[in-house]
Amino acid sequence: MNHKQLSDSQLFEQYKKQVTSERRNTLLWQIIIFISFFSIWEFASQFGLIDRLIFSSPSQIWTLFLEKLQDGSLWYHLRITLFETIAGFFIGTIAGIILAAILWWSDKLSKVLDPYLVVLNALPKVALGPIIIVAMGPGYFSIITMGAIISVIITTLVVYSAFNEVDVNYVKVLKSFGASKWQYFTEAIFPASLPAMISTFKVNVGLSWVGVIVGEFLVASEGLGYLIVYGFQVFDFTLVLYSLLLVAFFAAIMYQIVEKLENILIKNK
Amino acid sequence: MSFLSLNHIEHYYFSKQGYTKALEDISFSVPEGSFISLLGPSGCGKTTLLSIIAGILQSTRGEITLQEKPLSASKSDIGYMLQQDYLFPWKTILDNVTVGPKVQKTETRALKEKAIQMLEDIGLSKVIDSYPQSLSGGMRQRAALVRTLITDPKLLLLDEPFSALDFQTKLKLEDLVSSLLKDFNKTSVLVTHDIGEAIAMSDKIYLMKANPGKIHQVFEVPIEIRNLSPFQARKHIKYQQLFDRVWEELNALESQTAIR
Repeated sequence: MNHKQLSDSQLFEQYKKQVTSERRNTLLWQIIIFISFFSIWEFASQFGLIDRLIFSSPSQIWTLFLEKLQDGSLWYHLRITLFETIAGFFIGTIAGIILAAILWWSDKLSKVLDPYLVVLNALPKVALGPIIIVAMGPGYFSIITMGAIISVIITTLVVYSAFNEVDVNYVKVLKSFGASKWQYFTEAIFPASLPAMISTFKVNVGLSWVGVIVGEFLVASEGLGYLIVYGFQVFDFTLVLYSLLLVAFFAAIMYQIVEKLENILIKNK
Repeated sequence: MSFLSLNHIEHYYFSKQGYTKALEDISFSVPEGSFISLLGPSGCGKTTLLSIIAGILQSTRGEITLQEKPLSASKSDIGYMLQQDYLFPWKTILDNVTVGPKVQKTETRALKEKAIQMLEDIGLSKVIDSYPQSLSGGMRQRAALVRTLITDPKLLLLDEPFSALDFQTKLKLEDLVSSLLKDFNKTSVLVTHDIGEAIAMSDKIYLMKANPGKIHQVFEVPIEIRNLSPFQARKHIKYQQLFDRVWEELNALESQTAIR
């Protein structure tokens, strides 16, 4: 008996050990890939295996990074692009959810607008860039609009279909208490669609970066997208790669924030 | 005096291909404090009829009165219990139970205490602040029962509320519901396809047939069984007799529809 109990707890210990070692192993490989990517890049560049002019090298980017950090221009450009992206993300996502709610509210409207939404969704939104810039003037407004417009239609479609897929019986429960349409929207439809909304947040983080960077390509005189285009024009690819790495880093951070938000909002699922 | 009465209820479902008659000429009345069952094969329109009584669905023809008043005037007097609990997974048990008062804007402190009291009485005191997914099926259905009773409805509509539960839980819950309804002198309509459940719980059984949904026959449950709890009723000799009669009638109905 005693022997069996011991082996039970031993099994548990073994299981725990296995889980931690697996996690450690995954992390180890992630670090190995990270380090080897940058060191291979550095060596290849040092020994002339790749063109230094085009592919630069991590050490050159690092030097540039320190330089830009000291003269304050890193923060200056980063701040602008971050602001535009976050604003674009919020405007696009919230407008999409509001549009979805309007469509859900009015059956007739959603039937009438259906083909237009399909066309708008298929249309590559960045192609609207020149028109937006001419209409709204070159500046923050048109770039934020780019960041928002790229995600608004897809958000509308995804959230609208999530609203429609909510189990009708939840509504039935509320209707039996005499709930109004607004009441069963706020009590059942909206909270039940929260997971779908969070997943559109995740997609929209990426999309609003695309919109803002393209917007900056077209018009801006500041921001990371501008630095990429500028670096390309003066053939300074260290600058291009430096901006690119910054974009990648902050896009990842925004994604992480959304994931944290997901954990908080739908912990009771 | 009849508490609830249905006069010539008819209902059609329309579609592009045509229309189907779901209910034909349904009339009956339910005295106050009594328990009736609508029994029948699937597709006989039981749930449609219940939705019409609940005011969720508008019947094509006919009218329903509750305490001599048209149905639309007395919406908050009706409680509805569904096949599954449909507790909102993002609300705690207490918030789930008080969703009715919240919607009707009658949520008060006293009512919250009443809800807590009812949850304690029904054996859910430990899970008041838990979320539904941590509860068993029987516990969830009991919470749903409290949610239905908290608004103090005069008429209770039960749409196969025990069908998703395992047999033991189902028997226990039948007893609980039956004794609660008797204590509060509620009028109830149960929809079920379970003959035993209908006999054990009700005073009167309306057997329905399908295509179109229609009342085929009415069975009075013997007085000896009515006063027993559902569990005890199942052991009574008259229970078995009535069961056999209903069983034969249902079989006859099925073979009729099979020939047609």
